[in-house]
Amino acid sequence: MAEKVTFKVFRFNPEKDKKPYYQDFEVEIRKPGMMVLDGLNQIRWEMDGTLAFRRSCREGVCGSDGLNINGVNMLSCITHISDLKPPIVIQPLPSLPVVKDLVVDLTDFMNKFFLVKPYLITYSPPPDKERLQTPEERKKLDGLYECILCACCSTSCPSYWADPEYLGPSALLNSARFILDSRDEGADERFEIINDRHGVWRCHTILNCIEACPKLLNPTEAIGELKKILIKKKF
Amino acid sequence: MAMDKVEIHKHDIVIVGAGGAGLRAALAASKEVNTAVVSEVLPTRSHTVSAQGGVAATLSNVEPDDWLWHMYDTVKGSDYLGDQDAIEFLCRMAPEIIIELEHMGMPFSRLENGKIYQRRFGGHTKEFGKEAVCRSCAAADRTGHAMVHTLYEQCLKNGVTFYNEFFALQILTNEGHVVGVLAWDIVNGGFHLFHTKATLFATGGYTRIYRTTTNAHINTGDGLALTMRAGFPVEDLEFVQFHPTGIYGVGNLISEAVRGEGGYLVNKDGERFMKRYAPTVWDLASRDVVSRAMAEEIRHGRGCGPKGDYILLKVDHLDPELIHERLPGIWELAYVFAHVDCTKEPIPVVPTAHYSMGGIPTNLHGEVVLGSMDSPESPVPGFYAAGECACASVHGANRLGTNSLLDILVFGKVGGEKAVEFCQSLPEHVPLPENAGKEGIDEVKRLVDSTGDEKMDAIWEELRDTMEANCGVFRTEETLSKQKKILENLCERFKRVRLDDKGKVFNLDLIETLELGHMLEFSKAIVEGALARTESRGAHYRDDFPERDDKNWLKHTLAYLNEDGRIRLDYKPVRLKPLTVPTFEPKERVY
Repeated sequence: MAEKVTFKVFRFNPEKDKKPYYQDFEVEIRKPGMMVLDGLNQIRWEMDGTLAFRRSCREGVCGSDGLNINGVNMLSCITHISDLKPPIVIQPLPSLPVVKDLVVDLTDFMNKFFLVKPYLITYSPPPDKERLQTPEERKKLDGLYECILCACCSTSCPSYWADPEYLGPSALLNSARFILDSRDEGADERFEIINDRHGVWRCHTILNCIEACPKLLNPTEAIGELKKILIKKKF
Repeated sequence: MAMDKVEIHKHDIVIVGAGGAGLRAALAASKEVNTAVVSEVLPTRSHTVSAQGGVAATLSNVEPDDWLWHMYDTVKGSDYLGDQDAIEFLCRMAPEIIIELEHMGMPFSRLENGKIYQRRFGGHTKEFGKEAVCRSCAAADRTGHAMVHTLYEQCLKNGVTFYNEFFALQILTNEGHVVGVLAWDIVNGGFHLFHTKATLFATGGYTRIYRTTTNAHINTGDGLALTMRAGFPVEDLEFVQFHPTGIYGVGNLISEAVRGEGGYLVNKDGERFMKRYAPTVWDLASRDVVSRAMAEEIRHGRGCGPKGDYILLKVDHLDPELIHERLPGIWELAYVFAHVDCTKEPIPVVPTAHYSMGGIPTNLHGEVVLGSMDSPESPVPGFYAAGECACASVHGANRLGTNSLLDILVFGKVGGEKAVEFCQSLPEHVPLPENAGKEGIDEVKRLVDSTGDEKMDAIWEELRDTMEANCGVFRTEETLSKQKKILENLCERFKRVRLDDKGKVFNLDLIETLELGHMLEFSKAIVEGALARTESRGAHYRDDFPERDDKNWLKHTLAYLNEDGRIRLDYKPVRLKPLTVPTFEPKERVY
């Protein structure tokens, strides 16, 4: 008989439930390398079609399926069931409003992303060909541009939980992605936004974001870089 | 549940889909007219994000290159089914559209001289097939991710209106015009009717109908089914691309960039078998050729592993530093999904369903067109399509790697601009028809209220397995006829499907069931088109008709959905005449 693993899943249906609860499902391990997302799909397709969660690419690049699994934020599609200690407790990302079951409302998270002006800002007219950038200059964007906006980092951050106005590690990392781009001319306008008690200075280097990032990025380091630039500008 | 309320929104242009094509169209249109994007997911969750290896453009940053060579490669790659006016347009526009993207902030990898990095890719050659050329502009192996984020960022900057997590249900037509689209609000539940002057579909591909696929969960070809239900045809659906290198067991994409950077395929004897199938460019032949070669090796007992059912992709001879620098995403995918450190061991791979060459028929302006063998193509007023859901046709019977990211940029932009022109020429919105959206609303109500005995996943499972077995890399009259019957049976069963979830809020059960209904609909068009086409061309390979037959089959298939649910096939000529250069006449295709 196939091995089974217990998934303890957070459930909440706003149309029916007064408060959330946890429901156990026995997920059958049918092949090696099964991911948590495979287990959730098995539940949805074979046991309970009412379970709601987000998913798309199923390979860790679209950022749809950030979840809190056994207490740590991660993507369900690239997390092996065999790497987790059962029962596997699956909850929505912490601190965001729950829409239904494992689906959270990302409005506030995306608004904060938008606030840091996450797009290339240029004032000088572009050349006929591409703007030149040396491999060294381009390398500064590695570890930043790969962000998939899954919200794992920000929702793991106690400062983000405690301060509703804190931009959070994801938005700040994305501001660094443009501030450190040799082609960008909008650093000053971004610094005006992030040089704030709800901006970079709210980061108390708790480091949860580093552990949470499924792309192995380091938001704390990026925020540190921004703080260094700000301090240098002051003195 | 009370579901009769329909909220009406009025925009000049509504774009359905927010991958690369939809976002590029939105950028072009939103500067001029009132534009909104309706998307099933947050834009950065769209499947463009998974594209890896690059986007083709003859920038000549590494070595001399020419758009005419690019055009030749694309026509040849299409096995001469591509429309040569659209292909010329695509290739000539490529450099400009890539520079534009760089100016928007796309984080391309760079050469020592600071220019955009370019690498080799399958089917792309210099001097009309002489040898492989560096034409693929890349951001490491995360080009699609970088592209969709850049475009989304620009849309945010330009204040584009998004209706995220809205699922399109029906195209609305009146007086011969497309006048809008009905959609379902996934998060809150509820119907929304978008009344437009122009509607642009950028709804993506569909290979979720196969068991082994590179595609995201959302790639269910919804736009095709909606188009067919509205009475319009879909074109060349029998041409489904199987990418050579999907990770064994799961199907996830391992980019052709791996072979572009020097990786190669071996069979169980360690032989580089591609030299027998493509004596000039070996592993960098076009995808249909490589996939078929791999399947042949496996068929003849030269596959690897205990079951002899996969091929090995070797990169462990390359410098690990190069792998981490140029192919970091591949390293990650191979490690996570195949437990392989590809700097040390080969990656087990199999052909995997990847891309739809066919789609909603358009001309080179992104206008959806009707036509036949006897009547010239004419645009459907107010209806546009771009990207994988569309068929311009620049890919013909087989797409070259890196031409899809180019396709979405070029035809997204042009389609958006053309839709703007149309809006500006139309003084008023064409009124909505009576009972607008009734069919879409009834469909949702029927599903939610259903009390049948069938479960969605059982039908979908059978669809995936049987499409793979009977309508995959190799096809015959026998397998296709069998599949036609299976589809009839699955459609009957689908009528009795019952949902577990009867609610309004984030009802994923409803969405997946709607998607299944869509997939069953266009799968019939794939199978019927493949059954009728008694030749082998590009990705469509008939074991019982192994030769290309230009005399009878150098033409596009058009599939219409009849009222009774059956498919009616029609055909239209290939546009063989380019815009300015002489036609590339069909000839034997050797790599």
